[in-house]
Amino acid sequence: MSGTFMGMPGMPGMPGMPERSDRPDAPELPATPALPDFPAFPDAARQAVGDPVLRANLRRATHTIRDKRARAVAELADWDRLRAAGKAIKDHTLRHLDRYLVQLEEAVTAAGGTVHWAADADEANRIVTGLVLATGHREVVKVKSMATQEIGLNEALEAAGIAAYETDLAELIVQLGHDRPSHILVPAIHRNRAEIREIFAAEMGRRGRPAPEGLGDDPRELAEAARLHLREKFLRAKVAVSGANFMVAETGTMVVFESEGNGRMCLTLPETLISVVGIEKVVPTFRDLEVFLQTLPRSSTAERMNPYTTMWTGLGPSRGADDDGPSAFHLVLLDNGRTDTLADEVGRQALRCIRCSACLNVCPVYERAGGHAYGSVYPGPIGAVLSPQLRGTGSAIDASLPYASTLCGACYEVCPVAIDIPEVLVHLRERVAQGGPVTREGIRVRIRPARGHTAERAAMRAARLLLDRPGALRAGERLLARARRLRPRRLPGPGRAWTDSRELPQLPAQSFRDWWARERGDRA
Amino acid sequence: MRAALFVTCVNDALYPRTGIAVVRLLERLGVAVDFPAAQSCCGQPQYNSGYRRESEPLLRRTAEAFAGYPYVVTPSGSCAAMVRCHYPRIGRAAEREGRGPGLSALAEELVPRVYELTEFLVDVLGVTDVGAYFPHTVTYHPSCHGLRGLGLGERPRRLLSAVRGLDLVELPGAQECCGFGGTFAVKNPDVSAAMGTDKAASAVGTGAEVLCGADNSCLAHLDGILRRRGADTRTLHLAEILASTEEEPLT
Repeated sequence: MSGTFMGMPGMPGMPGMPERSDRPDAPELPATPALPDFPAFPDAARQAVGDPVLRANLRRATHTIRDKRARAVAELADWDRLRAAGKAIKDHTLRHLDRYLVQLEEAVTAAGGTVHWAADADEANRIVTGLVLATGHREVVKVKSMATQEIGLNEALEAAGIAAYETDLAELIVQLGHDRPSHILVPAIHRNRAEIREIFAAEMGRRGRPAPEGLGDDPRELAEAARLHLREKFLRAKVAVSGANFMVAETGTMVVFESEGNGRMCLTLPETLISVVGIEKVVPTFRDLEVFLQTLPRSSTAERMNPYTTMWTGLGPSRGADDDGPSAFHLVLLDNGRTDTLADEVGRQALRCIRCSACLNVCPVYERAGGHAYGSVYPGPIGAVLSPQLRGTGSAIDASLPYASTLCGACYEVCPVAIDIPEVLVHLRERVAQGGPVTREGIRVRIRPARGHTAERAAMRAARLLLDRPGALRAGERLLARARRLRPRRLPGPGRAWTDSRELPQLPAQSFRDWWARERGDRA
Repeated sequence: MRAALFVTCVNDALYPRTGIAVVRLLERLGVAVDFPAAQSCCGQPQYNSGYRRESEPLLRRTAEAFAGYPYVVTPSGSCAAMVRCHYPRIGRAAEREGRGPGLSALAEELVPRVYELTEFLVDVLGVTDVGAYFPHTVTYHPSCHGLRGLGLGERPRRLLSAVRGLDLVELPGAQECCGFGGTFAVKNPDVSAAMGTDKAASAVGTGAEVLCGADNSCLAHLDGILRRRGADTRTLHLAEILASTEEEPLT
């Protein structure tokens, strides 16, 4: 770990902190995209592909993390067994999720906490907003949390007149920049330090302690500005909101892995702690953490161990604990599409995800398209399987996400809980292209194919009919051979997508089938 | 020894030279090659695009066309991976949904007999030096299905290294996908082209005359980019290089 960290794990000058470069026409992104209007992945990705600076930033960042991850993983001789163990623990827990959640609730309650159940984003936001308002305070400090981003909690709090302050450095950059995160682990991966300096200089003063006069873009200076800005928040806040990486059913313990220590500040200083956690985060026993303490840091930050692991069980001083810890603790258990996902035999494995983001860092598609193109707080390969399950495939973006992959398998290879992402992608493509049974709000329904697949469906069927008749196939090949002198440089219709950037293959004078019949036909 | 050639639909229609090379190569190594004419496509385009049911008749056709052959050899890692990784799954799903009686058994029965070309050469025939001669600088792109789906490992590069006259140079970022991805190439054309352009640039950067692969669909994509950009590097299927000898050099 270097002396200077910028919300990014141990890589000075790296992810989220690329070299200075100018991006004069970087688009202003809305704080919360209206998803039904969000463009489909190919359209959203086009913009990123055409931005050479963004591509260079993403490439440098992802390649550095992926190489470091590979080295960190190679250090453990029993990696494959740890991976299998992580998968087994998660699968077992998901299979008995009802039992473990009840056990968790009992343990948290026994430790003085209060458990709330939220079926969806609205309900979770209502619960949290109500809890904060009941404290009489109008400010909360936040620990970086995917679940609260998933439900749009910050926006809901702001709407209720509550200011929510992100304290993870990269999240702070994103929040102050009125931006959206583009990576699970490194949310500001798309920003360079010149941009960060501008954001700090312009926005910090509007949300608290302003950036120092004459702030430069040296990472150390930027980190110090953030530290001063955040310290004010930590010391003043009476309410904190967090997520959790794991919840231990047997003890009611919540666990947060982090790099910076700001999470620990939020978890220990305020009087009230509200944790919003997806129900899939539960593990049965404390001992199970042994596996994830090894696999999560190595997979995500390529570290042998993350700098801070904070565990808390129920209340602090009021229960006779030492000096710190909250005197009121609320756990909001979030469903938001998770039990529906659990009902899907193929897709449920996505719930094993421990949000390490290794799949993002190896994904060649993510590397070119960037995180924003995925239209979700969960970008990359895991986002492409998680979002269409949690949200359904009704919107243009959700229907396009299962196709945002070449099925190259690199994501599966690195996944520390062995989620077969390509398998789930193909499964979801089937749902989009052909419709089929899904579970929505606990009810088994049959959905229709997504719009826009009629022509493709007809083409697939026609192709199959041709391919299933070798005589017709041979005739078709001969027709193709006869057309070889046409050699078009541009194709019309869907074929244009090929010829826009690639030449067509040169057509042969005869098919292999014809060659064989002529040369070796006697042996066929 | 007798083996059936599963040439695959892309090779049949667009790259007959690859199929011819496999026939020449295997015959030179003493294998009697059959080409069951009832074969067509493995069904991968349908399956991977979300049309699993459309792939079922093609599974049946493929399994039946190759029934009885102890070895089914294909010059496509992608199609071999389709059979090995997905056929049993498709068969089981079809039967569970009340279609395709016996499909699962057909799939299971075919899987252990299907070999990607380099697997067949190295594992079954036990050769790495196939007596080839190809006096050119070559770089090798291991396609994803061969690399991760089948776990071909060093087999292709061992075969190429043993070719006389051939100078094998490392392709930087070799393990990364080329961006073809079947229908991905047309559904996500910008990302696909960006990936392919980077891969093609890596290949050109090695100074190799030939970018070699074991999957013509990936090579079609890369070749299309190389030609559009007027690059001198040409693409060739591994089988064509292995088939080339001093007596009968590749033309």
